[in-house]
Amino acid sequence: MELELKGITKRFGSLVANDRIDLSVTPGQVHALLGENGAGKTTLMNVLYGLLQPDEGEILLDGKAVRFHSPKDAIAAGIGMVHQHFMLVPVFTVAENVTLGIEETRRAGLLDRRKMRKDVRELSHRYGLEVDPDALVEGLPVGIQQRVEIVKALVREATVLILDEPTAVLTPAETDELFRIIRQLKHGGKSIVFISHKLKEVQAIADTITVLRRGEVAGERPPSATEGELASLMVGRNVQLRVSKTAAKPGDVVLDVSDMTVTDEAGRVWVNRISFRVRAGEILGVAGVQGNGQTELCEALMGLRPTAAGLVTLNGRDLTHARPARRLAAGLAYVPEDRREDGLISEFSVADNMVLDQYNRPPFASGINLNLGAIAANAAERVQEFDVRTTSTQTPVGTLSGGNQQKVILARELGHEHKVLVASQPTRGLDVGSIEFVHRRIVEQRDRGVAVLIVSAELDEIYALADRIAVMYEGRITGFRPPTVPTEELGRLMAGATDQDPGASAPPGPGPAPSTGTATPGAGQ
Amino acid sequence: MSDQVSSPDPATTAKKEDGSGSHGLGRAFRDSITEGHTATIIVLAIFTAYVIGGLLNAFTNTTVLHAWGNFFSAPGHAIAAAWDTAVGAYVELFEGSIVNPHTVAALFQQASIGTAIHDGYLSAVFYPLSETCVQATPLILAGLAVALPYQAGLFNIGAQSQLIGGMIVATYLGYGVSLPLFVHVVVCVIGGFVGGAALGWLVGELKARTGAHEVITTIMLNYIMLYFLTYLLSFRYLMQAPHATNPVSPAIVGNAHLPHLFGPSLRINAGFLIALACAAGMWWLLNRTTAGFEFRSIGKNPSAARVAGMSVERNWVLVMLIAGGLAGLSGAAVIQGTDFSLNFQSYGSYGIDAITVALLGFGRPGGVVLAGLLFGALRAGAPLMQAATGTPVSMVDVLEAVIVLLIAAPPLIRAMYRLRASRGGGVGEVMSKGWNA
Repeated sequence: MELELKGITKRFGSLVANDRIDLSVTPGQVHALLGENGAGKTTLMNVLYGLLQPDEGEILLDGKAVRFHSPKDAIAAGIGMVHQHFMLVPVFTVAENVTLGIEETRRAGLLDRRKMRKDVRELSHRYGLEVDPDALVEGLPVGIQQRVEIVKALVREATVLILDEPTAVLTPAETDELFRIIRQLKHGGKSIVFISHKLKEVQAIADTITVLRRGEVAGERPPSATEGELASLMVGRNVQLRVSKTAAKPGDVVLDVSDMTVTDEAGRVWVNRISFRVRAGEILGVAGVQGNGQTELCEALMGLRPTAAGLVTLNGRDLTHARPARRLAAGLAYVPEDRREDGLISEFSVADNMVLDQYNRPPFASGINLNLGAIAANAAERVQEFDVRTTSTQTPVGTLSGGNQQKVILARELGHEHKVLVASQPTRGLDVGSIEFVHRRIVEQRDRGVAVLIVSAELDEIYALADRIAVMYEGRITGFRPPTVPTEELGRLMAGATDQDPGASAPPGPGPAPSTGTATPGAGQ
Repeated sequence: MSDQVSSPDPATTAKKEDGSGSHGLGRAFRDSITEGHTATIIVLAIFTAYVIGGLLNAFTNTTVLHAWGNFFSAPGHAIAAAWDTAVGAYVELFEGSIVNPHTVAALFQQASIGTAIHDGYLSAVFYPLSETCVQATPLILAGLAVALPYQAGLFNIGAQSQLIGGMIVATYLGYGVSLPLFVHVVVCVIGGFVGGAALGWLVGELKARTGAHEVITTIMLNYIMLYFLTYLLSFRYLMQAPHATNPVSPAIVGNAHLPHLFGPSLRINAGFLIALACAAGMWWLLNRTTAGFEFRSIGKNPSAARVAGMSVERNWVLVMLIAGGLAGLSGAAVIQGTDFSLNFQSYGSYGIDAITVALLGFGRPGGVVLAGLLFGALRAGAPLMQAATGTPVSMVDVLEAVIVLLIAAPPLIRAMYRLRASRGGGVGEVMSKGWNA
């Protein structure tokens, strides 16, 4: 089935989300839609899926104009969509989820469970999507849940499959697996629309790349186009994909963590006797597949989770069991992993969010009184300094784009006196332009003598920023490496391989050897 | 979720757009009362409730029903009778709560201002308004006791128990101790606050330490306090009045009465000023202090508040303590302002109406004052309405219920009046938030 969009225009008030967009999708091809957040990718797909009606333009199926009034029409026409946030019922089995809404019944209205299961098994087999039809969705990892969504679309006989930011929630390994599936679907004659803002992924999987910028088609390129070319098309100017930085000049140890263990309420060990030191003026990057204790490590460092054992000191001051407020006061700055959940209050204004952890300190408060003038002045200054794109400092922060929200958090955290910066997934979900900005600020902090700890699941980010790399696997540090280490070796450490010889683990990096030795025996157990 | 973008309270601080800040407190306070789409919906909801109430009234009145029976012989008569009944009841409601033209006419027939005042004609004119304020006083205070926790993400169903707590302490101090004028009133009012605050503190402490949900604990405490009150009033060595056979406390002494504002013939008293002061105080607390910043942060996003170094648990305790105190003040205002002794029904339905008032007032202090005044007016006018037109007092409950129903479901109003949906969820959020907060 040949799908074509012609001159699609969609306006929201004065905002033109899609401006005369042409796009054609051929069977057996992966068509990537590349663009920054807010470029209009999702709007376009919602138009195609019948969730929004275009103001102008038309959708052609095999040359015939069609109108989709609701997703139902789109599904009937053979269009399937896998949303960024899955639409699954957690307590149902895979088979039940797949057939939900199109259940087949036997006599007396009983569900034909056997056929349900058979269909799912057959389809998943045909496209190499291994899923157990009887598994409960709530117990499945994210990558598998995504497969269930794909199977759901296939059962409804989709010939065009739209994947909206499918890799945003996946680990690198899961992403590879998804790509394998996409290729298999492609060979099966399906056409795939792959929406993403990640250049590397798009280059790896797409047959054609359409770049959107501010609601317009900025260009169409083959996947052989260079990263730089695609990036500048996306952003509209030349961007630096890798921040330039000089060699680190590490000073004294600022953050010293030794034998830290973190457990949850259920007693499960998330962080297992970890030891590391971060010196002033260096960036320690913690690499690892998501879910190996990095989140818990950061939360424990900030006092958001109790530290079960071990010692955490900042410039020699014991903070192991301090409350979050005391840690902030002691000079920790924190960029949380989930900015909407932990970093910002969406309904609060930009100005209020910029003092969220400073509201009770001068100049923002005197006694119990808030000093609204100082808060507003601070916001005006920071918005300038960090180039936050907002209509006013009184705009609710939830209405800003992801990149600008992250800038608000950075502006706040870097704005106050701090000696250590802990940043967890600092550029997750951000577009190329914002990533560049965030990376530059982080390196700037290092150069000012701040000890920086970066946790990221993106190896590119680790390589771009870290002066030293620590790899976490199942709550342990499996090794420290200099940033010159080859990817294969990091991958090996991320999969749990440990340094066989403790003596060899001392990093030849710029800084003096940290306390790697203590991590290794723990990892060997 | 994006549907919270336009919810109440960032607007209060976020309103001063033009930067200069010259609008100051007054402007911001006004903005906290009215807020674009929401105000429209509230006004339309009240209007619709009156229409529905009128129809209900017209079609249940026996005279009108009789007229409908003769509809085909005299159709005009039936419609006129329905109209007269519906409007007649509202006219009486208005005369009983705002102003009665007859008393105004009588005032102007007086020879001089002196005699008008002396013979009570002037106070007769203001009597309905005074009654409205008297009825509104406990509603506003108890409404604030629900609205404040709401801003911090807690759903306080326990205004009733906290109010009883305040009543018990205020009453006991009112008859049990002997203190000079002024001092006695103040001590009793503070006692009322403390009595309510103790119960609020208990709820906050239970939530902070054990995670007990405040909806459950407050509902249960309502029962506990209700029976505790009956128990106290059942024994002479506790709080029952000597020689009394029914459960009632001794009357509080004159020194403990809240002073009347405009002479003895108008019941309006200092309690009303306390209520207004508390509303203003709550506005200041929420929007101008670090504690309020914490309350609002925790109400909107507790995890971000925690990351920012705020102690969520400590704030739960604090906010419930203040809320309980406000409800306690409400109880004190009833005892010291109008009732002067405590019986086993003194708490009335204030604690439950408080939830309605807070909802109608959008969980904001200014809104609570207006909602309290509206419900106070309905309460004040109801007896006259019943006496003059035979419409039962329960009509007021119907009006209240319909108003709340419509406000809890803004799409209903929008559909009725073909309004365009505003950006966000709206007032109904107050209703639906409680459990998952």
